[in-house]
Amino acid sequence: MIKLDNIQVIFGKGTPLQKQALNGVSLTIEEGTFVTVIGSNGAGKSTVLGVLAGDVIPTAGQVTIGSTDVTRKGTAARAGLVARVFQDPLAGSCGALSIEENLALAARRGESRGLTPALGPKRREHFRERIAELNLGLENRMRDRMDLLSGGQRQAVSLVMATLAGSEVLLLDEHTAALDPGMAEFIMNLTQKIVSERKLTALMVTHSMRQALDFGHRTIMLHAGEVVLDVSGDSRKTLQVEDLIAMFRRIRGQTLDDDALLIG
Amino acid sequence: MSQIAFWGAVELGLVYAFVAIGVFLAFRVLDFPDLTVDGSFPLGAAVAAVLIIAGVNPWIASGVAMIAGAAAGIVTAILNVRFRILNLLASILTMIALFSVNLRVMGKPNVALINADTMLSPFYGLGLRDFYVRPLFVGLLVLLAVIAVWRFLESDAGLAMRATGANARMARAQGVDTSRQIYLGMAMSNALVALGGALFAQTNGFADVTSGVGTIVVGLAAVIIGETLLGARGILIALIGCVLGSILYRIAIQLALSTDMLGLQASDLNLVTAALVTVALVLPRLRRGGAA
Repeated sequence: MIKLDNIQVIFGKGTPLQKQALNGVSLTIEEGTFVTVIGSNGAGKSTVLGVLAGDVIPTAGQVTIGSTDVTRKGTAARAGLVARVFQDPLAGSCGALSIEENLALAARRGESRGLTPALGPKRREHFRERIAELNLGLENRMRDRMDLLSGGQRQAVSLVMATLAGSEVLLLDEHTAALDPGMAEFIMNLTQKIVSERKLTALMVTHSMRQALDFGHRTIMLHAGEVVLDVSGDSRKTLQVEDLIAMFRRIRGQTLDDDALLIG
Repeated sequence: MSQIAFWGAVELGLVYAFVAIGVFLAFRVLDFPDLTVDGSFPLGAAVAAVLIIAGVNPWIASGVAMIAGAAAGIVTAILNVRFRILNLLASILTMIALFSVNLRVMGKPNVALINADTMLSPFYGLGLRDFYVRPLFVGLLVLLAVIAVWRFLESDAGLAMRATGANARMARAQGVDTSRQIYLGMAMSNALVALGGALFAQTNGFADVTSGVGTIVVGLAAVIIGETLLGARGILIALIGCVLGSILYRIAIQLALSTDMLGLQASDLNLVTAALVTVALVLPRLRRGGAA
């Protein structure tokens, strides 16, 4: 279970550039729930993800992942609880390391790292099997450097990397945004498959309302650092993109002038 | 070039192979441009020489020299990680400070080791001529260092260090404490460089406070020559490249200096070094340009 309790995040506190990024966000996500998060630029989507990942330490409030209070823990200290796929395909893996080395690195996420060879025959075989499941032919390129792969291939490998070690939550930060439409669809279907097969608790930030409604069990909309919409179950099943926009207008009582929300 | 001069060049190349491996760890693995080595090389020489003269076992003296080098590396890492000083500048500060430290350690600018028992002393009387014994002995130590560093970099712990240099954000997301990796890597790098210094003092019979000048350039030259010759094909090849590069560099220098035709003398060494490193840096780029 993931719990955000009255999270406040203020960037640049006490400076002229002070910005309230999150204003009292409270959120409880049950185990095995796949939540999609939408909102316009600057709404606080990435900040929510950052707070969960440990990149952003909240000004006030409490963050609980699983049964651990991680509010003050940095990214590395809570990595055992949090798996992640970044928006930028280059960010989630090491270009200078081989595919199998990246997998070996991810397989020990959140665990101690000793002097055992990172790539023994057993581990190699296991990684090969996991990569073969992608059906991208990458299992024959395990020793290739990661930076020889396309953006889509890198995201696919990143998804596998995220599931090699156990985690309490999988964070997906617009992980299809940098890909071409065909590859984006492939990665989204792969995400769906991995999340449901492994019954993962996942949080996916997306710019696409279509994606937000088509995938997952629950959709949250953020605006100006607050949760303005939270739908799940039957009411979500019948929801259309147009309804979302209308709902958004009603809740905020203002017209929508941000194109980003209308796309998709 | 005479046989003695040739084996002398090989020996010096092997001594500086420790520097090359250290520089490889800092520059290539951690992506940390570290000039501390200009101070930690003579630090290793000074600590080993002073301890050996005081009657300490030369193996222990060399071990202490490595610890001193590691400490120097950690100082640079603290300046960079804890106090957020730019990595290059942090290492220059440590390097400058070490010049004074080295003078304090030795008490004078130069210490002779001529009649003292070194790590090599037991091997001199075994029938092999001295100018074979030295490169053989140092070469054996280099082999051990290459194997140790190779095994480390291909272990789980080593992978964490390589990820820190390649993509720190990703490394943290994988639970790697990147600050600790920088401390560890800088300590290892400078410990190796200091061991090079300790061996330099014992093979040459002296420690000199100025012997560190340009260490970084020599180390970098070896790394780059190795990369140019062997290419980027994994850790072991890269480490062998460092050793090979270091030896070839010394032979090239020896050739340049011993060829009367060029009219070079020992004092031109730094100029020759800079020219060689420049060539080694420019050549791969020219080759790539030619292919495109």
